[in-house]
Amino acid sequence: MSTRHLVIIGNGISGITLARQVRKLDSETRITVISGESDYFFSRTALMYVFMGHMKFEHTQPYEPWFWEKNRIELKKAWVQKVEFGAKTMVFDSGEKLTYDSLVIATGSKPNKFGWQGQDLKGVQGLYSKQDLELLEENTHQGVKRAVIVGGGLIGIELAEMLAYKKIPVTFLVREKGFWDNVLPKEESDLVGRHIREHHIDLRLETELKEILPDSSGRVRSVLTSKGEEITCELVGLTAGVSPNVDFLRNSELNVNRGVKVDAFFQTNIPDVFAIGDCAEFENPPATDRRNIEQVWYTGRMHGETLAYNLCKQPVPYQPGIWFNSAKFLDIEYQTYGTVPSTWDEGEVKSFYWEHSSGKVCFRMLMNASGQILGVNNFGFRLRHEFFDQAIREIWTGEKVIAKLDKANFDPEFFASYYIEIQKAFKAQFGGNFQPAKKSFIQKLFGAKV
Amino acid sequence: MKWFEKIGLGLFLIGLTIFTVIPFLGTYTLSEELVLANTKDIHKEKMAEILALMYGQEYGSNFSFLSSFGENFNTYNDNLKAQQLWDQVIWDDYGFALAKAAASSPVTENPWLWLGLSIGLAVLGGYLYNFRQYAEEPAGIKNNGTFHSKLKNRGWLGMITGGYLILFYILLYWFPAYLVNLVWMVEPISRMLSGGPASQWFLYGLVYTLAILVMGVRMFRKYRGNKYQQLRTASVMFFQTSFAFLIPEILVLLNQPYFDFKNIWPLDYDFFYDYQISTFLSGGGMGMFMLIWGILLIIVGVPVFTYFYGKRWYCSWVCGCGGLAETVGDPFRQLSDKSLKAWKYERWIIHSVLVLAVVMTVVTIANYFSGFSFLGNVTNQLHSFYGFAIGSAFAGVVGTGFYPFMGNRVWCRFGCPLAAYLGIVQRFKSRFRITTNGGQCISCGNCSTYCEMGIDVRAYAQKGQNIVRSSCVGCGVCSAVCPRGVLKLENGPEENRIIDLPIIIGNDSIKLNA
Repeated sequence: MSTRHLVIIGNGISGITLARQVRKLDSETRITVISGESDYFFSRTALMYVFMGHMKFEHTQPYEPWFWEKNRIELKKAWVQKVEFGAKTMVFDSGEKLTYDSLVIATGSKPNKFGWQGQDLKGVQGLYSKQDLELLEENTHQGVKRAVIVGGGLIGIELAEMLAYKKIPVTFLVREKGFWDNVLPKEESDLVGRHIREHHIDLRLETELKEILPDSSGRVRSVLTSKGEEITCELVGLTAGVSPNVDFLRNSELNVNRGVKVDAFFQTNIPDVFAIGDCAEFENPPATDRRNIEQVWYTGRMHGETLAYNLCKQPVPYQPGIWFNSAKFLDIEYQTYGTVPSTWDEGEVKSFYWEHSSGKVCFRMLMNASGQILGVNNFGFRLRHEFFDQAIREIWTGEKVIAKLDKANFDPEFFASYYIEIQKAFKAQFGGNFQPAKKSFIQKLFGAKV
Repeated sequence: MKWFEKIGLGLFLIGLTIFTVIPFLGTYTLSEELVLANTKDIHKEKMAEILALMYGQEYGSNFSFLSSFGENFNTYNDNLKAQQLWDQVIWDDYGFALAKAAASSPVTENPWLWLGLSIGLAVLGGYLYNFRQYAEEPAGIKNNGTFHSKLKNRGWLGMITGGYLILFYILLYWFPAYLVNLVWMVEPISRMLSGGPASQWFLYGLVYTLAILVMGVRMFRKYRGNKYQQLRTASVMFFQTSFAFLIPEILVLLNQPYFDFKNIWPLDYDFFYDYQISTFLSGGGMGMFMLIWGILLIIVGVPVFTYFYGKRWYCSWVCGCGGLAETVGDPFRQLSDKSLKAWKYERWIIHSVLVLAVVMTVVTIANYFSGFSFLGNVTNQLHSFYGFAIGSAFAGVVGTGFYPFMGNRVWCRFGCPLAAYLGIVQRFKSRFRITTNGGQCISCGNCSTYCEMGIDVRAYAQKGQNIVRSSCVGCGVCSAVCPRGVLKLENGPEENRIIDLPIIIGNDSIKLNA
């Protein structure tokens, strides 16, 4: 293979996975990764832990600095101003230029702003990038007596937790009836809502942001809500989702809609130009339960893996496997495997739901009309990915899944054996020809109580 | 901070200050009777003569007393050395015994009071500070502010703490004569337990045990809701209090040899020293049992338990060094170096110590069976080198004194020969591994950051690879701090335990090694 020059814009999980995998498959290609955000790849999801003092920023970097040189992955710190696709050249904000043979756009997302009055005031910000984190540190350095967070998703609750660390009281405006209830079924959404309030966060459901009001110096003074209330605050966090970070590519030959339009091979409308990760918008969703923009860490990684293979071996279409995801809501961990939408047709889908008396641990399994598993949600305890990947792929019956649930348990040793309770509850509700697991002697002796 | 936390912190600091001041209290007066009573028969006459100038003089501090003692004693020895009269040189160090005998202070007169004011207040304060931590918050991981702390992130408070610990260890190992007041203070407890006088080691054992107990309470609070951490902490508290501290003292009370039943060679490096062997052999049935028990632990206990549970059964559930690291050291676990370079140094250093310990022991045993004719001199030199460099400097001064600089497992990671032995078994013949939960890792780095052994856990987790590392002590904190439920300590079949080229599940397009 000739020494083509592969240039990747963006050093997030998609771009870096691509660079690493290309290097593994092909030692010839010259690889350059461009980022204006940071010197080295870091885990975006870990920014909150830097703010809360769990880690230093360098701890979020999965590879030591020597890794890049050793693997001949050139890093360039710059912002790309525009790309001249005809000349296969990009222009940096310094005016400097770089030419490529193949270009991959992996520029991720930016926080949504919906044209609210006052959304660009001082003290109003989103939380996505390293720069956002630095801005947040500056904005919360002193004098913040209350913060308002707008938008009840994963970033919103992270921001709430971060501000709670600084002992800043938080009012959390959520448009929907329940926290993240476009993704979570009602019971799960309620469970998280209760936990948010347990942390003294002022959760306001069915409340929207109307307007952000300034003080005389152009800083935020207060917000007006859809319920007509004015809340005095010194910080506003805009966390109502993210959208592809592709503005610098608009008004060019590249086909850009919400994101960069790609086919199943991550190919854009321009030859040798590809897009992966959060910023890519598929012509058709990759699977029936997927959207055409995938904004998750894991999908970004899979995009990178797949495109690397396509660039070095042969073109294969992107085909994600069984869906999985995870998050942590303050102290409560959440995992999901397969398809569990927020609502379903009672006639076609059977739901089994179990909740622990603490109200902080729950399990849901959806089954089709013939009782076969569609997916699970679990909160407050851990379940094994491999187990559910297999169970859903092989379309096990719900009964079989529950009967083997002890094999799926991924909680540390001596933790409460919730799976036994779940098995009993399932048997009571749906029947089934299995015996709930028994506690081992050691568990009886030392294990935590359910 | 709650009011009782403030009071707790205050009491702790008062106790610590009094503990620090105690060695400097009182006066020292030596007499011929004291010298005769505290020296070996063969030295009695000589020592009484050497120190004659000091009799009846009242020294105002341990400094003046010990410097005068040193002058008189060294003049005598140096003279003989200059004349190469080696067999007449007095090699024993009577500094501690004579200082202890000569001391007269408020502490020697009223040890219980001073014990209460120093260690007692510190323990009470520490307990008050810890016992309700995080009570207002729901159970969960409590690492908020770790890297903003002046203590836990090598700030000025960490430097002072480390400096204090290092100084304490230097005095304890090489200048115990300065600490005799503290030893007097714990004398009554020693009398109660073993019937004998207290040494600096008794003082150390008591402080060590209490530190583990008080900071164990902190662990219970910090890891509320994590049964694995709770049980593990309870276990190290139990083994330290009973096996390491009380049982050996009680054995002495019962006229049996002093023995810690859970200490294993080569951590217990003098297990095969001739004086130990003769203690066992002259110790009747109990002595013989100790010898056989100790050998069984080495050749059966370590491999069998490590095969089934990994080295964690010892390092983070039983061991005393581990016990201190996991309680007192827990606030510093994030300071271990995770670089590849550190891992390289680690493997060279720890295995060198293991080789040294084995060679030393083989020479010792050969020497013993040859009736002390084989390399007798070399054996002694090896013993004193090992005792100084490894047993004291590395395990004590660096091992604990460096908590606030290099994390809480410096000794366990770089130095402990038993950890090296357990690690070899764990790496090559064990059912233990840390399992990665499929593709759920988000590379956040909490696991690596809080790994006290400096293992880059994330490097494995993000590839979907099981973590099988000789150094892993199975503390379970990586699993505890993981926000996505990715890590689980497991014992399972050896098949597929080590996967060199893992594939992360979830992508059906292609199969690439991560």
